[in-house]
Amino acid sequence: MSTNLLYTTDLGIGYSEKNGQKLLHRHLNLALKPGELICTMGPNGAGKSTLLKTLAGFIAVQEGDAFIHGRSIRSLKEKELSLMVSVVLTEKLTIEDFTVRQLVSLGRYPYTGFFGRLSDEDQKITDQAIADTGLELFSDRKLSQLSDGEKQKAMIAKALAQETSIMILDEPTAFLDLPGRIEIMRLLRHLAAHKNKGILVTTHDLEQTLRFADKLWLIAQGKEMVCGTPEDLLLQGYIESFFAREGILFDSHTGCFRADEDYSERVHIIGKGITSYWVKNALERNGFKPDKNNSADIHIEITTGDDPEYIISGTRDNEVRTTSIESMLHELKTYNVEKQIYTSTLE
Amino acid sequence: MRKGQIIFLLFSISFILFGLNLLLGPVTIPARTLFSLIKGSVVDDLSRNILLQIRFPQSVTAILAGAGLATAGLLMQTLFRNPLAGPDVLGITSGASLGVAVITMFTGAWIVYMPQLGVLSLILSAMAGAMVVMLTILALSQRIKDNAMLLITGLMMGYISSAVVGVLTVYSSAENLQAFTLWGLGTFSSVSWDRMNYFAGVTIIALFMAMLLPKPLNMLLMGERYASNLGLRVERSRFIVLFCAGLLTAVVTAFCGPIAFIGVATPHITRLAIGGSDHRILLPANMLIGASVALLCNLIARMPGVEGALPINAVTSLMGAPIVIWVVLTRHKRKYL
Repeated sequence: MSTNLLYTTDLGIGYSEKNGQKLLHRHLNLALKPGELICTMGPNGAGKSTLLKTLAGFIAVQEGDAFIHGRSIRSLKEKELSLMVSVVLTEKLTIEDFTVRQLVSLGRYPYTGFFGRLSDEDQKITDQAIADTGLELFSDRKLSQLSDGEKQKAMIAKALAQETSIMILDEPTAFLDLPGRIEIMRLLRHLAAHKNKGILVTTHDLEQTLRFADKLWLIAQGKEMVCGTPEDLLLQGYIESFFAREGILFDSHTGCFRADEDYSERVHIIGKGITSYWVKNALERNGFKPDKNNSADIHIEITTGDDPEYIISGTRDNEVRTTSIESMLHELKTYNVEKQIYTSTLE
Repeated sequence: MRKGQIIFLLFSISFILFGLNLLLGPVTIPARTLFSLIKGSVVDDLSRNILLQIRFPQSVTAILAGAGLATAGLLMQTLFRNPLAGPDVLGITSGASLGVAVITMFTGAWIVYMPQLGVLSLILSAMAGAMVVMLTILALSQRIKDNAMLLITGLMMGYISSAVVGVLTVYSSAENLQAFTLWGLGTFSSVSWDRMNYFAGVTIIALFMAMLLPKPLNMLLMGERYASNLGLRVERSRFIVLFCAGLLTAVVTAFCGPIAFIGVATPHITRLAIGGSDHRILLPANMLIGASVALLCNLIARMPGVEGALPINAVTSLMGAPIVIWVVLTRHKRKYL
């Protein structure tokens, strides 16, 4: 077992206020190892950011202790901490007229002298950090000319240039599109594995967490924090319980949350593969419950081939053949409306 | 352009403006006369007096005041990460006004019109008022950790000082009021040679101190958290930056009166000119541009053909205000200070 880069003993996090402390969580015993990517998830206001800020040394430990490289964070000075932990925060940047290289070279500041002059070594490490994040072509561009994803990569490059064993990132994927989110998480995964860093990330993106994280820390107000391998936590029902809310269901097959719909009709789907998956998706959105069982009234058979047909039976006397999901949905909805009219006339 | 070239270019501009300030004015002095004076040849008494006793100290004062205010403005803008911050946001300028108001209105204006003693009393009272506010702000900064709150506190200190000045004016004679108003118009000509030591000494020390700060300033520009994560002792740096900017504002305001807009506008001109915010070049470039702006304003205020001199504050405001409007209007496009 490799040694912990960071561990806490009965850590209590929160804020000190005029009339005492406001503790959000107590008795946290956490650990971060080299090569690990840990995602912290939880509802808004659960204390994710407070935890990160405490571990980054921005706010004081309220009780217990946190140890970085075996030293209590209470005893570490800014200078010492800057060589151990680097951060990427959600704060808005006001230095957008810096070039990528200028920004990344700020990561070398803990190593430079009084005027912040960069040595050849510092330049080399800056270039390496830019290369590691795939920003070579952007290195002389100003931050204001970059996309959000590229900006985030530049911030990660800054953290890399700091050459710390621990990186802490607060919602690094929050404002990114899906490809951007995947790219950032894959980059972090890569850095953890190949640079042997311990990386701690907060996120709301369960999909990417399940795909990339080694460990998942679940945190919520009034609950004990849960830590473990994401798949374990999923199967043990922790993920569902931490995010449980009325009208939201967790699908443990896909690892996705979805809205809890009132289903009007069960539909049996006969078919396989990607087409079947998306037919299911379309049906769920429109209030039909896909069913594996053929006891359902309505059946949809998907023909194989390049241009699949959707054969609907059970809605009319004859089978109805449609060539797109749109016309299939139209047929089902028409059936639903007719059925409702029929039932209401009976009453 | 390389860093060295930019600095050289800006230095040349300041130098040319300095020369023009010596030569131009209500009385135009031929360049030949200036060169003779420098060479040590005989020059007529009038030209000699105008150059050595009036224009030379005035131009040096403009250079130091311009560089000082521009630096104070830059430090405040970086510390508060606010493009509209300037030397006066901490209320130091208003504190100086209060000091002057107290001396002119309580002692009676007679003291102001005394030769020698008059200007000296103005300088000392302005300095005292500025220092009281500055020390209060520094003390408060130890308690108020949030920069936005500190900024608001400074602004409020300014309002309080102005309010007291307002009350004083009600009870003062027209004569006293005039003396106070004259001070409020600002001038670069109140620093005679015998006081230059003090003015230049303090200003140059504070400017030198600012030149030592590019690294912490660059870090502060990222925000306090990032700065602290890069190993900066944020609170100590904040104190030094406040002290440095406060001292510059206090000394310039005490000697020259409240000079508007140079402090707020110059850093924006500089960022535009050098195309970046790296303080290693921003600081020296900003000082040179501040000096140039002050020299240019001084030149305009004493344009040949203008009877007497225009109030310096009118000129700096006319030049500075449009720049600040431009800053506000284009802020969303620039995404930085």
